[in-house]
Amino acid sequence: MDGVLKPRDAREIENAVKWAAAEEQPLEIIGQGSKRGLGRPVQAAHVLDLSDVSGVEDYEPAELVLTVKAGTPIAEIERLVDENGQELSFEPMDYGPLQGSEPGMGTIGGVIAANLSGPRRLKAGAARDHILGMEAVSGRGEIFNSGGKVVKNVTGYDLPRALCGSFGTLAVAATVTLKVNPKPETSASFILTGLADKTAVAALCKAMGSSAEVSGAAHLPAGVGGDESQTVLRLEGFETSVDYRFNSLLDLLRQYGRPNRLDEAGSRSLWQTIRDVTPFAGTTTPVWRVSLAPTNGPGFIEMLRRQIKVQAFYDWSGGLVWLTVADGLVHETEIRETLEAAGGGHATLVRAGLSERTNVDVFQPQPTPLAKLTQRLKTQFDPSGILNPGRMVSGV
Amino acid sequence: MTAIAMPAPDEDVLSRRQDILKALKSIVPGEGVIHEEREMRAYETDALTAYRQLPLIVVLPETVDQVARVLKYCHENNVKVVPRGAGTSLSGGALPLADGVLLSMMKFNQVLDIDFDNRAVVVQPGVTNLGITRAVEDEGFYYAPDPSSQIACSIGGNIAENSGGVHCLKYGLTTNNVLGLEMVLITGEVIRLGGKHLDSEGYDFLALMTGSEGLLGVVTEVTVRILQKPETARALLIGFPTSEDGGRCVADIIAAGIIPGGMEMMDKPAIHAAEDFVNAGYPRDVEALLIVELDGPEKEVDFLIGRVEEIARANQASHVRISQSEEERMTFWAGRKAAFPAVGRISPDYLCMDGTIPRRELPKVLARMRELSEKHGLGVANVFHAGDGNLHPLILYDANKPGELDAAEAFGADILRLCVEVGGVLTGEHGVGIEKRDLMTDMFTDADLKQQQRVKCAFDEKQLLNPGKVFPVLHRCAELGKMHVHKGQLPFPDIPRF
Repeated sequence: MDGVLKPRDAREIENAVKWAAAEEQPLEIIGQGSKRGLGRPVQAAHVLDLSDVSGVEDYEPAELVLTVKAGTPIAEIERLVDENGQELSFEPMDYGPLQGSEPGMGTIGGVIAANLSGPRRLKAGAARDHILGMEAVSGRGEIFNSGGKVVKNVTGYDLPRALCGSFGTLAVAATVTLKVNPKPETSASFILTGLADKTAVAALCKAMGSSAEVSGAAHLPAGVGGDESQTVLRLEGFETSVDYRFNSLLDLLRQYGRPNRLDEAGSRSLWQTIRDVTPFAGTTTPVWRVSLAPTNGPGFIEMLRRQIKVQAFYDWSGGLVWLTVADGLVHETEIRETLEAAGGGHATLVRAGLSERTNVDVFQPQPTPLAKLTQRLKTQFDPSGILNPGRMVSGV
Repeated sequence: MTAIAMPAPDEDVLSRRQDILKALKSIVPGEGVIHEEREMRAYETDALTAYRQLPLIVVLPETVDQVARVLKYCHENNVKVVPRGAGTSLSGGALPLADGVLLSMMKFNQVLDIDFDNRAVVVQPGVTNLGITRAVEDEGFYYAPDPSSQIACSIGGNIAENSGGVHCLKYGLTTNNVLGLEMVLITGEVIRLGGKHLDSEGYDFLALMTGSEGLLGVVTEVTVRILQKPETARALLIGFPTSEDGGRCVADIIAAGIIPGGMEMMDKPAIHAAEDFVNAGYPRDVEALLIVELDGPEKEVDFLIGRVEEIARANQASHVRISQSEEERMTFWAGRKAAFPAVGRISPDYLCMDGTIPRRELPKVLARMRELSEKHGLGVANVFHAGDGNLHPLILYDANKPGELDAAEAFGADILRLCVEVGGVLTGEHGVGIEKRDLMTDMFTDADLKQQQRVKCAFDEKQLLNPGKVFPVLHRCAELGKMHVHKGQLPFPDIPRF
């Protein structure tokens, strides 16, 4: 009975899940399989492969609304909206390079399941901020619609948003409706060099708190991006506006040194590097993704360095720290305890071997009442525990 | 009271009123428990004033511990609870229940932490929406979601209703601007979600809580993100001979890559009512009036004003005025912002509806609305958020004329069904509450609604929080929990296998 189920539409997904629920056969849900290295390994005899549930159902550029089947390659969607002068403004990151697989793989279903975003997260939000509606099949094998196909809707609970980031453990998406946005006319980056982490994050926070509408704020310490540290701010929009805001940043950040300007092509390539965590690609040391209050970023890394040897860089104005541990061990305890001491936040192990991912809490452990609520939601949607069992938490 | 029925009060709970009162008084001392009918009158309705109901008892806790103990007591004793913020809901979300405790959160009115470096503010849920902006505006910051009631509505209520406003096309709804919550479950357990950091992996309970209309938990603390105010804002006032021209202009502005800070439209009856009321200088000889506001750096705004003007002219605009001063910009908005009271002057009563449509359907929907107006024998004026297709038809009626409220409600229901029929939704920003509860089956199938109710079961298995709102049929959680598949009885699916 082991094998791959390859449904072609929502009805076939429903049939497959109904069968699995009745037979109590766990399913591993995949699109192109590009994110199998994320989360805890799934123990399932069967794979539900959604790569044939693919294609654009409806795209209305003037309405800013796109409806696509869950297995549609993200690259295809990005190409389509680009041709229409639009973009997915949450700028989903590509885990391919970091995970040692090909770049440009993955489907929209996977992007939604992992709630991906990129550097623009701090201005435009994550995938969950751009989802409008979903057709999905619960672990009970019930097909349902939630949300809508318009950009403003508060009818009922926001299930589509809640299903973002649930790693396929509550329901299998068949179709998703997303909000798209106009693509900025141009972009440029403002780069300061040689700043220490703490000074750099202070500069980033100052810029983020200005009216310059910064859409990317990162700091690459020396040794990560190059020999000298780079503190980078991205500006996007109409050309006159980008120039004007660049000058306003010059005034605002004068005390931090003289900046360089990266033009559109250079800026795009640098932000892709930051988005896809390319500095840590090509190796196999464990990688953690840590979300915390931006001003706490440098202090967290400083405290951690007193205990273990790490390489780190900062996105989201200091609020997203990517770090890799040099000795090849995951150091869960040191990282989570130091994070707590640095003001708290969320640490996720995003690259590690199978056994580490089985034995370590990949996602931030939850306090008891929250963990119980998580378990109750899982039980409501997937009482037999057949959808990606254990992917997020053991038993969920 | 009209057609919308509330669940019959539980006689057992009513008979235990004195015991419940005593227990609540022991949890919340002093004047925090209100039980005299005269004093409870202030709580008998929210902003959907056609519906009134005295609560069993009103309780106003001051600490998280008191909230937790009140909820735990109610949970253990099977007493319903209706959470309430400022009571500005337009859909009856805070309408009390005869056999339920009304839990007012208005004593939670402190700003707890302002963190400009991390652009985050931590407040208690009873702080008003505008109160957040007031707390940070000295440093040039503001909180972006701006519901019309922002001077009065509480941030806790904004979370419950996922409130929006004129700004939300560009800056998002409440859900996009909330970073964290502390909340109490009906069991009395306290949970923290998010914080000053952006993402927390795990199920997105923050998303479920936002817009859950008080059915899932009680918010006791909110962390929101604040933004630096745009450098400048200017507006255009544009009149069109037909609503089709106006609709096309809106689509063309968005197609040109421009997302205005606000884009609002009014139809002829609304334009006339507003102009008569505030003399904003609106043209009277147009069918549709569009206000487009552009905000951002001065250079960008000047550039975009020119672009929008070109687009308006290309769409047969008969009037174009561009604000030359802050005062003039405010005058453009004065009429739009006074549209509701202005309509209140031309009709003894009105029902404000709230539905969203795909914008391309606007001409069709306006035409059908005129037909419905004749069918129901009542007038209608339209103001709407043109950028996102969120309509606010104001149905004009006289509550003193027998049958007119019923006709207005029937007309409103027809409009909302029409919104769903053209691909839209029942509510864009006011919530379902009791007002649109019985229309949920027009938008969702039984299976769709069951999934939503399963969320409720995960949070509140006994269904004690705000029952009778949002969902037309109360399924018991035990009944929803049954699996309708039986081992071996399903046909093997016809799916290609590899």
